[in-house]
Amino acid sequence: MSDDYNFAYLDEQTKRMIRRAILKALAIPGYQVPFASREMPMPYGWGTGGVQVTAATLTPDDRLKVIDQGADDTTNAVSIRKFFERTAGVEVVTSTSEASIIQTRHRIPEEPLGDDQILVYQVPIPEPLRFLEPRESETRKMHALEEYGLMHVKLYEDIARHGHIATAYAYPVKVEGRYVMDPSPIPKFDNPKMEMAAIQLFGAGREQRIYALPPWTRVVSLDFEDHPFDPSKAEHPCALCGAEDAYLDEVITDDQGGRMFVCSDTDYCETRRANGHRGELAEDAA
Amino acid sequence: MDDLTLAGGFSDPAQQSAQAFRAVMSALARPGRIEAVRGAEPPAPLSQAAGVVLLTLCDPETPVYLTPSLDLPSLRQWIGFHAGAPIVGADECSFAIGPWEELLPLDRFRQGCSEYPDRSATLLVETPLLEARGATLRGPGIRDTAELSLPEIAAFQQNARVFPLGLDFIFTCGDRLAALPRSTEVV
Amino acid sequence: MYVAVKGGERAIDNAHAWLAEERRGDAGVTELSTEQIREQLALAVNRVMAEGSLYDPDLAALAIKQARGDLIEAVFLIRAYRTTLPRFGHARPVDTAAMRCERRISATFKDLPGGQVLGPTFDYTHRLLDFKLAADGEAPRMPAPPAEPQPVPHVTGFLNREGLIEEAAPDETPPPDLTREPLEMPASRPLRLQSLTRADEGFTLALAYSTQRGYARNHAFVGELRIGAVAVEMDIPELGFAIEIGEVTLTECETVNQFKGSKTEPPQFTRGYGLVFGQSERKAISMALVDRALRWEELGEDFTGAPAQDTEFVLYHADNIQATGFLEHIKLPHYVDFQSELELVRKLRREAGAGDTPEQMEAAE
Repeated sequence: MSDDYNFAYLDEQTKRMIRRAILKALAIPGYQVPFASREMPMPYGWGTGGVQVTAATLTPDDRLKVIDQGADDTTNAVSIRKFFERTAGVEVVTSTSEASIIQTRHRIPEEPLGDDQILVYQVPIPEPLRFLEPRESETRKMHALEEYGLMHVKLYEDIARHGHIATAYAYPVKVEGRYVMDPSPIPKFDNPKMEMAAIQLFGAGREQRIYALPPWTRVVSLDFEDHPFDPSKAEHPCALCGAEDAYLDEVITDDQGGRMFVCSDTDYCETRRANGHRGELAEDAA
Repeated sequence: MDDLTLAGGFSDPAQQSAQAFRAVMSALARPGRIEAVRGAEPPAPLSQAAGVVLLTLCDPETPVYLTPSLDLPSLRQWIGFHAGAPIVGADECSFAIGPWEELLPLDRFRQGCSEYPDRSATLLVETPLLEARGATLRGPGIRDTAELSLPEIAAFQQNARVFPLGLDFIFTCGDRLAALPRSTEVV
Repeated sequence: MYVAVKGGERAIDNAHAWLAEERRGDAGVTELSTEQIREQLALAVNRVMAEGSLYDPDLAALAIKQARGDLIEAVFLIRAYRTTLPRFGHARPVDTAAMRCERRISATFKDLPGGQVLGPTFDYTHRLLDFKLAADGEAPRMPAPPAEPQPVPHVTGFLNREGLIEEAAPDETPPPDLTREPLEMPASRPLRLQSLTRADEGFTLALAYSTQRGYARNHAFVGELRIGAVAVEMDIPELGFAIEIGEVTLTECETVNQFKGSKTEPPQFTRGYGLVFGQSERKAISMALVDRALRWEELGEDFTGAPAQDTEFVLYHADNIQATGFLEHIKLPHYVDFQSELELVRKLRREAGAGDTPEQMEAAE
């Protein structure tokens, strides 16, 4: 661990400011708490919000896992993991069940999290209404007045035009019947997992917002009675581990249109294979 | 400045405040859960837990209100030296500390506004008894129900009714603490 | 056979090594020193200091070297370094009236006390490549040493005596701090100016230019543009008085804008203000024009829908570090969201009867 910087990089006053924001965020689930995000040594949009939340939450006893697109070995996940190895000296792991803090971009791990775990999301645009109304001054009023008609109109227009709600990721949710919240760009397949035992913290660095979900907070994906929310994914098993219940990446294997589907959660896939599960394209498949 | 003022802070602020914050976060995210904290030795009569919370969350940016029985020169100096937090009246504070009877009435404290409900006070309630028995709690952070010893019920019910505005409470007793955010329904 | 992409860590290390080699370029060419950058690329150094919000020519020169001349990358290095610095206190407001001006011009008066001082400007150079610089780079000596820079009065002060220009009284209210508090709307003028002074030069220039072309035209004259050194003073509570802790070079631009009066204000000239670290003229003038455009509300003017009048639009998009980070983040993997879109589009096409081509359908099954 580097001695040139404070534990987990941030100075203590910055951490206190972030910690206070996290506590208010937990007290008002789904509400976006403004915080004075700092410039980090990685670019805005590359996880600075998640990194600041993780830095303010880490203790020396933690075991940290970092994933991007569900995978531990994607380049930005590697880079963020290295940052905390260097500045906090914490143990880093890839196993979901062994991790005490998991920082993620775009996925919730397949394995259910326990109540001693914390999931930190990197959030690009925290405002679920932003694409309907670009002005922060307006969207803040809409949240204050609980005025979410615009969102329902947008979703209903999708149904009128396509027969479905045409939002496949960053699918908006309502938290405890009050705030409409952006779950970050996770696939809608992951939405139902958000009612979980772990604490979920969301950090948006560039947009200077923190929000949170305490364990077992009610999180409902927006839908209509005649068009209920559908978290389904493509009907394939993982070609490597055979999992039927996992979110899959589509991988192009040749230039003849060949493709295969494999788990996006690399730890889940590896653990299954270590336990003897085999998909049809696994190297040693029968 | 006497020795009492200089003593009793964190010996390793980065690590001790990180551990203390996790305890506070865990308590606030799971109303009813009791956590033990350590690392601060504030002057009497402030509890160790309240001292730890103060050092972990307060600084020059967070005005603090001390109720009459805690508004002592020794405590003012200790908070000033270790946290640098200004001591203010109830209506201006970000954090208030004191026994329940002295914190009343609660409408003196900032409850936040509809656009910024987070701009509200957090109350540290020094309590002689803290156990996971008593009032029944429901809401975010609680799978079914939880229980917590509360000084009364009506005030917390009223606080939850004005959600998303309202106050958040941290109960401190010796070296232990529990929390009750505004989102919790007390039945 | 498919093999999961592995080795992100080694790929990153290799990329960094290659980058270091590219930065150095041909080892047969003498390495550039940070002193050379500081002295000979001073305007680049100034821009990095201004947008990095840190006055340190040596560090800015180092950042430019490390960033291979990519100035936004250099600004980023400075900003990331800046946030780690402890804050000891606040300086007193600098007194630009006491500036030792090496350049001072006014477009509104032919002559005035203190005179027109051109200083080291590109303004009247003919933009012809000077091949002598490629040959040896030795500058001709100045025929006469420049006069010692002197304080000169502010031009707007002359107009003020006649009551022709709006009052700008000193204000002792501590300004908000963009680097310590989240940006919030509505933004006060001090906050807007703070944001503009570190804003991207290109963005500020384009907005200012748009006002000249009619998007919230505000008829700006450069009342005065001055460049020079000012003292930075700080109150020391233990001493009971302020002491000088250093000196910074600043560019200040005050525009004088025509104003016909509104419901709330009498006809008079109004002001736009720009103040930037270093010699940064284009930025300071741009800043003054945008500042003036953003003042429509307090002056009782109409909002015409022009981008330069829209505080939220300007302030949320002026920071090039935020902008470049978010722009470039779309290089990061988006397999998961793209996959969910793929599935959605396939489903919609199936239902619309379009369908994929037969072999794609087969492969996808």
